[in-house]
Amino acid sequence: MLKTSLREAYAKALIELGEKDKDIVVLDADLSSSTQTAKFKARFPERFFNIGIAETTMVNVAAGLATTGKKPFVSTFAMFGTGRAWEALRQSVCYPNLPVKLVCTHGGITVGEDGATHQACEDLAITRALPNMTVIVPCDDIETEEVIKKIYKLKTPVYVRLTREKFPRVFGKDGLLKELFNIDYDYSFEIGKAYKLKEGKDINLITCGLTTSQALLAAKELEEEGISASVIHLPTIKPINKESLLKALDPSKIILTIEEHSIIGGLGDAVLHALSDQDFKIYKHGIKDEFTISGKAWELVKYFKLDKDGIKEKVKKILKK
Amino acid sequence: MKKDITYIDNVDLNLDIDFTKKRKLDNRTLENIAKEVRKIVLKATTRAKSGHPGGSLSATDLLTYLYFEFLKHNPQNPKWALRDRFVLSKGHAAPALYAILALCKYFPVTDLNTLRQIGSHLQGHPDMNKTPGIDMTTGSLGHGIGAGVGMALGLRLSYNVDAPKVVVLLGDGEAQEGSVWEAFNTAAHYNLSNFCVILDNNNLQIDGRVDEIMNIYPMMERLKTFGFNTIEIDGHNFDQVRYALSLFDMVSNFEKYSLEEQKRVLNILEKHNFKPYRPTFILAKTIKGKGVSFMENEVKYHGKPLTEEDLKRALGELK
Ligand SMILES: Cc1ncc(C[n+]2csc(CCOP(=O)(O)OP(=O)(O)O)c2C)c(N)n1
Ligand SMILES: [Mg+2]
Repeated sequence: MLKTSLREAYAKALIELGEKDKDIVVLDADLSSSTQTAKFKARFPERFFNIGIAETTMVNVAAGLATTGKKPFVSTFAMFGTGRAWEALRQSVCYPNLPVKLVCTHGGITVGEDGATHQACEDLAITRALPNMTVIVPCDDIETEEVIKKIYKLKTPVYVRLTREKFPRVFGKDGLLKELFNIDYDYSFEIGKAYKLKEGKDINLITCGLTTSQALLAAKELEEEGISASVIHLPTIKPINKESLLKALDPSKIILTIEEHSIIGGLGDAVLHALSDQDFKIYKHGIKDEFTISGKAWELVKYFKLDKDGIKEKVKKILKK
Repeated sequence: MKKDITYIDNVDLNLDIDFTKKRKLDNRTLENIAKEVRKIVLKATTRAKSGHPGGSLSATDLLTYLYFEFLKHNPQNPKWALRDRFVLSKGHAAPALYAILALCKYFPVTDLNTLRQIGSHLQGHPDMNKTPGIDMTTGSLGHGIGAGVGMALGLRLSYNVDAPKVVVLLGDGEAQEGSVWEAFNTAAHYNLSNFCVILDNNNLQIDGRVDEIMNIYPMMERLKTFGFNTIEIDGHNFDQVRYALSLFDMVSNFEKYSLEEQKRVLNILEKHNFKPYRPTFILAKTIKGKGVSFMENEVKYHGKPLTEEDLKRALGELK
């Protein structure tokens, strides 16, 4: 299983974009080594702005830059970029509908040891609630790179959630799909699209980010235990292309959404909303309505039952097997 | 539990201190305590393979002085209503604060072995509901100072001239947050004489030097115009820390003095341009990584623990 860094993929894509478009500007708030925007700074120092530890102002400055025709990418940890700066995001970016791309790293519990203060588990909920906002959660480095290059063309606000931890690669020749199921997946990112990665008869697992790889691992083992689960990767939390999602769903009328995020307001609720007029039984799995804790990233993934074993347990409980 | 070089054994300072009373320690004792704190910080972060040693060491002497000599508090009764309050607004220096609380006997020193692990009461950043002795939950920069203002206001409402004091430790990078300046404004607006901010002025943040990333200076002048009493000191010199805090003590106790005493105190305060009915700002010049030669002023140790090898070297220096 190859683990790759979403942050590195982001930096790589940023530099490629910066190379061909002089209007790309990048802002950070004293975390450029962690978010990896420092690499962009090294290449294009005049188009990089470190605003210091002042996330609210950073987002407002990005909005101002956007009004002058610049194409700002704004980065910090997910907690501070979406949380601290939320109202700036609402008033200065989303309401005027400016093309600011907020790409935050360190989303979710895989932030690890820093603990609850730094583990953004509500970022999808609070960005999803904003009109004009697009919200995307890539699952590996290949997807991250594609996402960055696609959203760059959008003239509207976008939030992309990346992570501190390296995640198993899902797509590509050395990805999990190939390794586990010998599938050569022809992947290219489209906003809103649902990706059926694996077929299954008994239950539909809908995932994004971390949980896509974990669900694939779970589905593989469930298969061996006689449970057939489909895995549908839904990187765009908003807007969801409902037709594409309906097409991706397998005939079983049971859905389990799995996310590294609170069960309030994230992927699960987005799916519930999209399918509210449909005949599905939808279960949500994620962080319960509670604050999380310090610990090593992958120990926390296990603790909160978002690893393959936790997912298997959940599936069996739903199917009463 | 693994008992390697990172293992933190029980330390008994053999000090019999009543933390609820006014007290004075000699500087040698304070230095020894600070040395213990540094050792614990380094072991605990290396053991956890994460955490913030640099900013913990820069704050160690200030925290040692505050808890061992200045603040009135009670390890036997952490929620004592009349205790002075402390807010670690730069919450990432938690390891230093935990070490000090442990040495004050709020909990066993050996608890530091569990720092940042699942199930530990010692979270990556201070949690007032998990750790005895922590007055405010912090870690996201720019919030703690405002909460400190609220504490000072609340205590004044409850106890009037007898209100306990509130001390906030602020990072200099943290001072880039706009909310910090809103809190400064509020403290001055409400004439919070029982409120004191200490700036841990190591001039480093994560991406580099504070003056180069996003300048905050001149802090003394800025705070003066905000309406604070201001004094600049060496944050590693216990005499200077003691002196600065004694001025804050006089300001905060001012209304309790007799007229005669007030006159005497005013004379001292005037020398430093201090006035009663004002919050206090102490600019403490510090060195990030202080106490370990190869860590001092090195930005890379902000959020990176020592390797076991470097830990050995560091502990050698702290003998
Ligand atoms: C709101 C917020 N933004 C970013 C961070 C990440 N962060 C943690 S420490 C730090 C640098 C702090 O520098 P400073 O305040 O100078 O602390 P010190 O040098 O004393 O360690 C940053 C940016 C945070 N904890 N909170
Ligand atoms: Mg600093």
